[in-house]
Amino acid sequence: MTYDQARWTRDGVFEPLTVEKDSTEVEVESALPDDLTRDKLELPELSEPEVAGHYIRLSQMNYGVESGPYPLGSCTMKYNPPFTEDLAGLESAAVHPEREESVQGTLALMHGLQRHLEVIGGVDAVSLQPPAGAAGEYAGLLIARSYHESRGDERGEVVVPDTAHGTNFASAAMAGFSVVKVPSGDDGRVDLDALEAAVGEDTAAFMVTNPNTLGVFEREITEVAEVVHDAGGLMYYDGANLNALLGQARPGDMGFDVMHFNLHKTFATPHGGGGPGAGPVGVVEELAGYLPEPHVREDGDGGFELYRPEDSIGKVHGFHGNWLALVKAYAYIERLGEEGLCSASEMAVLNANYLAERIPFEVPYSPFHHEFVASAERDAAEVAKKMLDHGVHPPTTKWPEIVDEALMTEPTEVEGVDGLEVLAEAFHAAAEADDEDLAESPQRTTSRRIDQVKAAREPVLSWRDLDIEK
Amino acid sequence: MTESPYTPHSREDVEQMLGEVGVASVEELFDVPQELRYEGGFDVEAKSEKETVEHVSKLLEENDDVVEFVGGGHYSHYVPSVVDHLADRSEFLTSYTQYQPEVSQGFLQALFEYQSLLVELTGLEVANASVYDAASALGEAALMAARVESGSRVLVPDDLYRGRRSVLENYVEGAGLNVEGYPTERGNADVDALEELVDDDVVFVYLESPNRCGAVEERASEVGGLSDDVDAVFCVGSDPVALALLEPPAAVGADVVVDDASVLGVSAAYGMGCGFYVTREEYVRQVPGHLVGAAPDADGRRAYTLTLQTREQHIRRERATSNICTNQAWMALRAAIHASLLGPEGLVDLAERCVELPHDVASRFDEVDGVTAPAFDRYYFREFVAEVDGDAEKVAGDLLERGYVVGVDSGSRLRVCVTEVNEDEVDGLVDALEEVMG
Repeated sequence: MTYDQARWTRDGVFEPLTVEKDSTEVEVESALPDDLTRDKLELPELSEPEVAGHYIRLSQMNYGVESGPYPLGSCTMKYNPPFTEDLAGLESAAVHPEREESVQGTLALMHGLQRHLEVIGGVDAVSLQPPAGAAGEYAGLLIARSYHESRGDERGEVVVPDTAHGTNFASAAMAGFSVVKVPSGDDGRVDLDALEAAVGEDTAAFMVTNPNTLGVFEREITEVAEVVHDAGGLMYYDGANLNALLGQARPGDMGFDVMHFNLHKTFATPHGGGGPGAGPVGVVEELAGYLPEPHVREDGDGGFELYRPEDSIGKVHGFHGNWLALVKAYAYIERLGEEGLCSASEMAVLNANYLAERIPFEVPYSPFHHEFVASAERDAAEVAKKMLDHGVHPPTTKWPEIVDEALMTEPTEVEGVDGLEVLAEAFHAAAEADDEDLAESPQRTTSRRIDQVKAAREPVLSWRDLDIEK
Repeated sequence: MTESPYTPHSREDVEQMLGEVGVASVEELFDVPQELRYEGGFDVEAKSEKETVEHVSKLLEENDDVVEFVGGGHYSHYVPSVVDHLADRSEFLTSYTQYQPEVSQGFLQALFEYQSLLVELTGLEVANASVYDAASALGEAALMAARVESGSRVLVPDDLYRGRRSVLENYVEGAGLNVEGYPTERGNADVDALEELVDDDVVFVYLESPNRCGAVEERASEVGGLSDDVDAVFCVGSDPVALALLEPPAAVGADVVVDDASVLGVSAAYGMGCGFYVTREEYVRQVPGHLVGAAPDADGRRAYTLTLQTREQHIRRERATSNICTNQAWMALRAAIHASLLGPEGLVDLAERCVELPHDVASRFDEVDGVTAPAFDRYYFREFVAEVDGDAEKVAGDLLERGYVVGVDSGSRLRVCVTEVNEDEVDGLVDALEEVMG
């Protein structure tokens, strides 16, 4: 399959910026005194049809989940059922965050979602407040720090595998920990000896995802947990790969103490071009008192209330997190039920395994689950550019580094045989292309290859930096 | 094998795929040790879409149908229908972060326009593509200050929203900073008291205008001057509607401007927001999160791409400027669309309405026995504080029984927020207040 993406241009530029269509200066007159107000405001002044046309064209120059396969490894780009948008758009959902007793529906939904996540993750308590996966990690690490401090135990290190997500390192640093990296073993799993050498009395937590970044299950996770717990550290589960395991195994049963969920991955809330997501944090009983405030609980009278857990870390979001994402995730879980959720993982794992059979690249680490990391053996970023011309979004590239020229591929459960075939063709086309062809890819997308060096060296970050005629 | 409504596989497909992979069942693909297998259920039955819609709608109907006159950092303006229709385009809504810019030009350009809007409104040079909310934007700004200046003290108004302060304290604790409140006087910074407080150990001074009382800050440039005297980063909190009217923060010496851009594009969403972050060009390499830039493509056309990514966690890991990855891009898109629909004229008119309404409603409150409004003599934006004889919690509770939600500021003070969304309900609110106070 080939793909020609829309390319709206005028005089050699893509759909002009709104400021290129109009710029209008308005004199500001106000009841406020002059010294507190601006004199004028200059912005584009367009009619509604012009604005609508502009954004429709922009949407046509963007690739979404329904545009074609989107096997972006570790991102879980699954179908986002539109009925969940309708529910999030209900007027009854548009409530102010200072309300409590008059928003029993909102609190009931949040409590219901907490319960679902507790069961799915095998944990005892869940806070929905973290607005993204990285925020969930960060909240989890603050919980770990408070927990240790409450025992008079100052622990300054967080241990992560070398294949971990970049956010693990950054969240640990932001929470004030130094990061200790453990090399993976030859099989791509945590090396128990290396882990034993890395952990000690300064270890606050070990962060890992399972299946790991290679899609491979950490079979020795129970032993890993023992090593970490023996050293007095906590086990942190990064929920990025939970779509591999629904109904098969639960982080809480593997010895994890703290985890986050990515509702925008596993539970189908839309990624929105980068966000909003939601990264609820779940903990075992012993840590429940440290959860962010406020937390939702039953009020003992058939209703729900907000309360401050006794040793709460405080807040990680100004209010209650990304509420609309919570509505969508709750609706998704209710719609699929246990059967659909388990099926999602089964088909996601089957799809990854089937696709790996159909592509011309080696997959050095297996058995893998919902995703695999193939080795392109040539510049993986260039391979990705070639794939764009074939109607697919390429895999995540060049990470994890332990695979040479990595193509981290996660087709999710939403592709059928036909979609996977389209993907396989794209992999083949990229494998067979000569170097020159790769270097000139993509050709059929809205823009061609962009000068990244110039973008970084001479940053143009707003229309003011552009030499444009207004 | 189980089934899901969002998987296309037929039984035959599954058989064929299993054959290709060389296993007899899907179960075999899970390399999970027996002792870790989960045998329990999830205690949730599958439903049809219709049943799910009914279930969730019914749940949300448990929310009381009341009229909200509460702001406190989360505001509602009327969002035109076309914003939903455009932002809900699947290509926008379902896409990921723009790591493949060639197929993501549409979203990148929308974010570039969002960044440009904030640059115009603040007078500063560099806006990022969003962070989570106003609170995390404030936390990020303080962390940036700690990277560019030395010292350990962070000064914020002593009447800052509790939630915002708690998030800030969490953000800066790892960097070894301490957050202190500076005195405020009738809803504005107490500049004399602040002058006593600042010293060379201060890295960050924060000021809000309008602040949590809705009061417009009248001495912002003096606060900026004090901050500048000790080489601290001066951060101003304000929002895109207020900024359409107020003097641009750059003109009062702001180094960073943060707050919530979702006052445009999204109505009440139980506190979900869109943190914005705008700063000076000299700090461009210290900015958290995504930045969209323009650069030519191979055919020489102007195109857009995420840029300066070496600041970010996926490259710089523990030395990144922030851990943020997922942001609030779709909310930024909504804000940009809404701002485009309003245009400068609409934005200024809306902002002016936000000055007139609290003024008018406060004087109506003031006529009610036992109520003084506004509580202090300031200029107000969107909301005001009213002093009541008695307990504000009690008054708010009595108003709620009559179908009106107002904020409680403290002891005997109410916070009242009024915009074009609830202005038609003001008569009812005032009547209810008369009953409650009478």
